[in-house]
Amino acid sequence: MDMPRSDVRPVDLDVYSQPKHLEHASEQARARNYQDFLIVDVDSHHYENESYMEVFEYIESPVIRREAIEGASRRTGMLNSQVGYQNTGGRIHRQKFRGREKVPSGYKHKDIAQTIEWMDAMGVDYCCLFPTPMLFLGLHPQVEVETAMCRAYNRWLCERIMAHEPRIVSMLYLPFNDPDAAYRTVKDFADKKGVVGFMVTSPRYKPVHDNAYIKTYALLEEIGKPIAFHAAYSWDDRALQMTNRFISVHALGFMWFNMIHMTNWVINGLPERFPKLKTMWIESGLTWAYSLMQRLDHSYMMRTSDAPTLKEKPSHYMRQMYFSSQPMEKPDDLSLLQATFKQINAETQLVWSSDYPHWDFDLPSVIYDLPFLDETAKRNILGGNAARLFGLDLRPVKKIP
Amino acid sequence: MAEWFVAKASEMRDGDRRIVTAGKREIGVFHRDGAYYAYSNVCLHQGGPACEGMITPNVVDVFAKDRTYQGQVFGDEMHFVCPWHGYEYDMKTGECIGDRRQKLRKFEVVKRGEDIYVVA
Repeated sequence: MDMPRSDVRPVDLDVYSQPKHLEHASEQARARNYQDFLIVDVDSHHYENESYMEVFEYIESPVIRREAIEGASRRTGMLNSQVGYQNTGGRIHRQKFRGREKVPSGYKHKDIAQTIEWMDAMGVDYCCLFPTPMLFLGLHPQVEVETAMCRAYNRWLCERIMAHEPRIVSMLYLPFNDPDAAYRTVKDFADKKGVVGFMVTSPRYKPVHDNAYIKTYALLEEIGKPIAFHAAYSWDDRALQMTNRFISVHALGFMWFNMIHMTNWVINGLPERFPKLKTMWIESGLTWAYSLMQRLDHSYMMRTSDAPTLKEKPSHYMRQMYFSSQPMEKPDDLSLLQATFKQINAETQLVWSSDYPHWDFDLPSVIYDLPFLDETAKRNILGGNAARLFGLDLRPVKKIP
Repeated sequence: MAEWFVAKASEMRDGDRRIVTAGKREIGVFHRDGAYYAYSNVCLHQGGPACEGMITPNVVDVFAKDRTYQGQVFGDEMHFVCPWHGYEYDMKTGECIGDRRQKLRKFEVVKRGEDIYVVA
């Protein structure tokens, strides 16, 4: 046997760098020639709580602003939270160690620097950035706090992040518990740089078909920007309270609220009332849509009087909506996934998302490596569909390390 | 096949590990309870650095004789965890804990005098 030179390195869990953490992702990006085509991530995150002191300065009510600032360093503050051990007992360690990382210089804000760093590492050209703890803000007991915090965050995101980085866009948080404030949010922010749509955090208890929202839907349809429903869980939900492990509340919760909102959206005829309004369903995976289409179609045929506005079966309308891919369930029998893709018109309606840096993120390879997609379909799902929806330039701009 | 140098035995204490780049392969070499184990450093899930995460005992649900649930404890099977998503692997076999039919590729580790090599 010969004895060639080997490169050997130790593993030190206390030393963390994002490019190193994602080195295998960069290898995939180079091997699959992602540099040659556009990749758009329609659902990624930052930890806006790390910038809360900046965000709080944008709260317009002086009373709420002081409550937020004074509560920030205390054990309990103005904002709500959720039980949830997403890092699986420390097994997923980027959340624990990312704070120790040296942030790349030359950027206006550390969130821009860290976001561009992982985007390049994965081969992503544009990302749609969303908050993390604020995904639960729709469950806050005080409507005025959601409204104030949402407006402050949207202003901060537009002025401090998106104004300085064209590769970061967002569908802005709609303060859905206050329908008038939701309408004002669209009015005030639709033309801001980087705003490609508006997003409702799904865990909440306001039905989407309420007449109070009609003027907002009409405005969104008029300006041609999509509305998205971003899933999350609530362990305080009466049904989900019965689950006893995070895997359970997460698996069910991320489908649960979107299944309810989707059902209300379709059965109440919103696709017929707003035929040009584009809707997107984020982070519920894909199996829920496959299941719900069949379920609603089956019931609709026996109970058309419950949904008299519909001119087609529920699945017809769902098939015209957009679905983000992550977390993309991958059954052992790939024909099941292929059937799901067919059911949702994946080639035009599926939009890839990473959900990075959260615990169950997906790489572009979850789409690119599927054996039943041709190159055109892969590129549409990974970037083309989202670029057309958001009005993005189709030319790649990333710099894969 | 070739032998790729990993470390001097004296430099790799029990509990240590090394990542060896052997040609185009990345291999994680573990020294655990007096034995050496070597596996591909590419996770079977999405290609993450499978050998570079937490090393942890397995978690076990405890049931009484009447089959009522009594809580959870750490067991005596050692796992290493891919830090990207938490896929766990059996240290002794490389089997994926969620589906033991799937295994990381295993490599032989040899000791020549004071030098440790992985064969790949």
